Amino acid sequence: MATDIHGKVTSRHQRAEPVESADPGAVVRVEGLTRRFGDRPVLDELRLEIAPGEFVALLGRSGCGKSTLLRVLAGLDREIDGTVLVPRRRAVAFQAPRLMPWKRVWRNVLLGLPGRPDRDAAVAALAEVSLEHRADAWPKTLSGGEAQRASLARALVREPDLLLLDEPFGALDALTRLNAQRQVAEVWRRRGCAVLLVTHDVEEALLLADRVLVMRDGVIAHQAPVDLPRPRDVADPEFTWLRTALLDRLDVKTATPATDDRAA
Amino acid sequence: MSAGTALPTPHSEPSDISPISPDRGAIDLEPVVSVATRRRSVPRWLRRITGPLLLLVLWGVLSATGVLGSDILASPATIARTAWDLTSDGTLPSAMAVSLRRVAVGLVFGTVIGTALGLLSGLSRLGEDLIDATVQMLRAVPFVGMIPLFIIWLGIGETPKITLIALGVAFHLYLNVYAGIRGVDEQLIEAGTSLGLSRWGLIRHVLLPGALPGAMTGLRYALATAWLALVFGETVNADNGIGFLMDQAREFFRTDVIVVCLVVYAFLGLLADLIVRLLERLLLQWRPTFTGK
Ligand SMILES: Nc1ncnc2c1ncn2[C@@H]1O[C@H](COP(=O)(O)OP(=O)(O)O)[C@@H](O)[C@H]1O
Ligand SMILES: [Mg+2]
Repeated sequence: MATDIHGKVTSRHQRAEPVESADPGAVVRVEGLTRRFGDRPVLDELRLEIAPGEFVALLGRSGCGKSTLLRVLAGLDREIDGTVLVPRRRAVAFQAPRLMPWKRVWRNVLLGLPGRPDRDAAVAALAEVSLEHRADAWPKTLSGGEAQRASLARALVREPDLLLLDEPFGALDALTRLNAQRQVAEVWRRRGCAVLLVTHDVEEALLLADRVLVMRDGVIAHQAPVDLPRPRDVADPEFTWLRTALLDRLDVKTATPATDDRAA
Repeated sequence: MSAGTALPTPHSEPSDISPISPDRGAIDLEPVVSVATRRRSVPRWLRRITGPLLLLVLWGVLSATGVLGSDILASPATIARTAWDLTSDGTLPSAMAVSLRRVAVGLVFGTVIGTALGLLSGLSRLGEDLIDATVQMLRAVPFVGMIPLFIIWLGIGETPKITLIALGVAFHLYLNVYAGIRGVDEQLIEAGTSLGLSRWGLIRHVLLPGALPGAMTGLRYALATAWLALVFGETVNADNGIGFLMDQAREFFRTDVIVVCLVVYAFLGLLADLIVRLLERLLLQWRPTFTGK
């Protein structure tokens, strides 16, 4: 199976050769990736490697190309130049749940799986996100958080080597988001698959990831390992320090008491 | 709101804040009444037949008072008697059987052809380029105007009538199936692709179910057109069927027979609508759309 792990996302413009210099153990290898919309390169000679089982968070301003990169890694966008090597078994959870409204939840979870998997497989995956009691529901009857978790279960049931998450908690309320984040962390610990989490939430990135990437001008402009012990605490001074450093990298002015005019 | 103004301290007079209500206790409250009690009071089917029933009563009153002369429109009582006569001597049932058979056969052919073309055109660019322009061009020709040609080509037997019905049906299904497929959310197709669905898997699990609401709309229009095409086909050239019965009645100024035939058409139309409703409730229960209050 070793030769079967990597499915190559080939460009339409040229046949890409695998890069021999890169770490052969990596589960994602991206080299010189360029994606243009018109004349504007949104991804510009981007380079990225992800180790097996690594949890990577990708930060960046809105519109900087995070979703574009994720879609390329998912094999959904092939109008690219450069080399992209990704596992054959990969799964995506999008920002919107994108459940088929005409299929009950458990059928949505099993959609596209090879063979004829039975309902129990779907229920087991739904149980991982505490949603087994909604297996027979129509998607239209799910709440936003439930639909998002169903979408996550649909990704998990594929037992991916690479899980791609595009701001999956963006539309959730704070409480539901905390719950969903905890569930993703647990699933990741249990499954040991590599995860690429696209997010705009620095705190979320620091809570979950082994490594945080910051994207700017079409490349990974900055990266930082997160060596904090798990489970992490937002009140930890080291956490706060990392958070401030990352916000600086993202060009966000952090509010300090001195700039608060109500203190006068 | 200017950022520079100081926030009022709890003890300062709120000089620029006018009271919204002089007495805070006098806010108007309104009860939110449960719909459960109201909904069950009159069954849906009973409510649905009130309209036709009222129309019948009005008609009866107008006939009885002489406002509506019997040479213009026979009274409901006369109609009922005529209907009974036509039924008991077997004229109406046999005419209905002939007409129903024509509609059924035309509907099957039209549905199969229209859906197949709609699928080809909707699913592939090549199909669209080959089929769509041709169909759109033919659609601009009023299909009833083709009757003389059909008679010349296909004779005066069953074939021209069934062809006419099939043609009317096929256009509606083609247009709505095609539009239904092209209306499927791109995001769902992308999700299906990311789940590893093959091209056939995408068609079966995403495109076809997504096009179903459109196809059902097409079926509704198709049924209405099928009855219309039937009347045309049967009144222009036929020696049996409801249309023929009506055409014959016209020659003898029998408005009562004509109205009986029209009522039969109306009931058959209602029945067809009922069947489509049932199908929709069965096949489209997943749809998160407004169903009325
Ligand atoms: N299909 C498209 N056609 C043209 N421009 C696009 C398309 N998709 C994305 N873009 C542009 O590419 C940039 C990056 O988009 P995206 O990857 O979605 O950003 P984000 O980092 O917020 O996920 C944006 O400026 C967006 O307008
Ligand atoms: Mg995005």
